[in-house]
Amino acid sequence: MPRAMPVRVLIPGPLRSYTADAAVVSADGESLDAVVGDLNRRYPGMRFRVIDEQGTIRRHIKFFVNGAQATNLEPRLRDNDEVMIVCALSGG
Amino acid sequence: MAQAKTARGRHLTLLVATRKGLWQARSDTARRSWKLTGPQFLGHIVHHCVADPRDGRTWLAAARTGHLGPTVFRSIDRGRTWHEAKQPPAFREGSGRVVDHTFWLTPGHASQPGTWYAGTSPQGLFRSDDGGASWRGVDGFNEHPQRKAWCGGDQDQTPDGAKLHSVLIDPRNAAHLYIGMSSGGVFESIDAGASWRPLNRGVRADFIPTPDPEYGHDPHCVRLHPLMPDRLYQQNHCGIYRLDRPSERWQDLSAAMPKSVGAIGFPMVLHPRDADTLWVFPMDGSSVWPRVSPGGKAAVYRSVNGGKSWQRQATGLPKAQAWLTVKRQAMTADALAPAGVYFGTTSGEVWGSRDEGRTWKSLAAHLPHIYAVEVA
Repeated sequence: MPRAMPVRVLIPGPLRSYTADAAVVSADGESLDAVVGDLNRRYPGMRFRVIDEQGTIRRHIKFFVNGAQATNLEPRLRDNDEVMIVCALSGG
Repeated sequence: MAQAKTARGRHLTLLVATRKGLWQARSDTARRSWKLTGPQFLGHIVHHCVADPRDGRTWLAAARTGHLGPTVFRSIDRGRTWHEAKQPPAFREGSGRVVDHTFWLTPGHASQPGTWYAGTSPQGLFRSDDGGASWRGVDGFNEHPQRKAWCGGDQDQTPDGAKLHSVLIDPRNAAHLYIGMSSGGVFESIDAGASWRPLNRGVRADFIPTPDPEYGHDPHCVRLHPLMPDRLYQQNHCGIYRLDRPSERWQDLSAAMPKSVGAIGFPMVLHPRDADTLWVFPMDGSSVWPRVSPGGKAAVYRSVNGGKSWQRQATGLPKAQAWLTVKRQAMTADALAPAGVYFGTTSGEVWGSRDEGRTWKSLAAHLPHIYAVEVA
């Protein structure tokens, strides 16, 4: 069984209704996909707000892993990596 | 006309869904004064909020934000507390389709407590059997081999996104459904959504080169009278229509509207007890389709003879420079006597009449862009 990897996740303001206003939470997973899945287990409903039903990151959402943008959920993660979820600046 | 309920002794609540959240307007028992409360879901785009008439306590709200994906919130205590759906409407993984937003909510048949239908943008039909907690696609429509021909591609949409709306249930038969699509047209199912067929004969579609096409129309709002379920009306992109089943051909009522006003609009409201009485809110459909009150003279139009003739109802509404836009879910009627009629504008005003449209009063102003007004 794969070992769970604790990852630090930075939560943007629009998603903090799921995390009881916590700006930083912990999640486990060996990939970005697994971490998002773990976030959804801890905070039900969160995944669909940022990932659509075809597994694509939503248009105005960005993921960064250790500062580098991830364009899909495939990146592998290691202990203590940092995932930042960003609501892209858009609209008026 | 069916027997009326008294207007006295009952508070009414209007659910006002806006581009920036949900508000409630609550009346006194005479419907003379209204108190606004809210917002809930501040910052959320709430396309529709609907109360369940079967239990009197469940409300569903279809919401998303500019950044976050679509979801459905549900309350079982008339809006005091809300919980997010465990599984919001979403297309089948692998279908390549993505729900942009849930646009329309309809409580199911009286014999099916807990059942709801949802229409989405782009066009999708979904059903919940647990009071809105989890949703599944109605495969008979979403996976229909003709769906793309009926609706066009998901990128081939109207400016604010193509919609599946006006989910109507025959009160005599839970398996008999109608839907409206912009674009696509009106479709009917007699097997609870397992199969569908177009029902658009007689409806113009001036934007399609084919004369009298079978589908591809743009119904803006379709209504079925609950006490006379064989009577349907629709406010269409190309006019106002009526259908008396079992006829398959819609009757064009547009010519009965004054030429200077036209027969274009989005909402349509039926009288709760009289299938011959209905209201529309005409908007300018000329040139580049401004979709505002023609000439800046805001007015509701009422027919009391099934659309054969119309009367202007504007007493109390601003007489000039009132360029109002009313969206398809943003006009409704209550079930009291005389019936109350209400509409909300994209400029954030709620107007109400407690005398079937004869006089109008502003109930609320300065709200965000209003998408929907429903009675709870």
